[in-house]
Amino acid sequence: MSGGGAVADVLDLLGAFLVLLGCFLCFAAALGIVRLPDVVSRMHAATKPQTLGLILLVAGVAVSLRTWASFGTLLLVAALQLATAPVSAHLVGRTVYRTDQVRHDLLARDDLATDLEAAGFHLGPAPEDAGPPEDDARLS
Amino acid sequence: MSGVHTAVLVMMALGGLLLVVAASLTVARMARGPSSLDRVVAADVLVAVVIAVLAAEAIVHDHATTLPVMLVLSLLGFAGAVSIARFVAERDLAVRGREQEAPGAPTDPVDEGQR
Repeated sequence: MSGGGAVADVLDLLGAFLVLLGCFLCFAAALGIVRLPDVVSRMHAATKPQTLGLILLVAGVAVSLRTWASFGTLLLVAALQLATAPVSAHLVGRTVYRTDQVRHDLLARDDLATDLEAAGFHLGPAPEDAGPPEDDARLS
Repeated sequence: MSGVHTAVLVMMALGGLLLVVAASLTVARMARGPSSLDRVVAADVLVAVVIAVLAAEAIVHDHATTLPVMLVLSLLGFAGAVSIARFVAERDLAVRGREQEAPGAPTDPVDEGQR
């Protein structure tokens, strides 16, 4: 809203619309966070505003403010988020799988399970014959 | 100019409404989430919602003072998620690791490498 000219008006409207789209993605993610059944599918919903939503928001603000300083800062925001979001999502997803919080009945196929099976792991709930050593494991 | 200004304000009000609902839903999941990882994911979304609020506010008031805050917030979610994920992994893997070792061969180099 720096005033003046038809181009400025169009850019203001475009920026506001982009930010509105970003807000809608945040809303959709929150809906998914509440409605989806397990942690992995909730992560699927949660990554939408973190990457696409943030890029839309940042583009909207950059188009609206139209200064080089804000453009640089916003570029840094988007770049840092794009660099760090996959790392944190990978760590959370790995922890989810290893602590067995995945709903295996909802999966169509589980490639990691077959790979782990080939590497000598058994997945899913703990085997029944491991009953006695469980107490020792909790103590140590 | 005035018409465009009004349109921008209306769009931002609509976006603010969406963000308020989004934040409430996310906080509900944080309060109810069965595991701490649910809460981590919900906290990440809440950080994204706060970034969106700051962006909408920057557009409405036409200033750039909140942009550094957006920068910090985009890094904050990362640090929180990674630290909590590592914390949960260490605590739960200690139990599951012994369960998996107990029935099978305890000294399998592939197993140790994978873990």
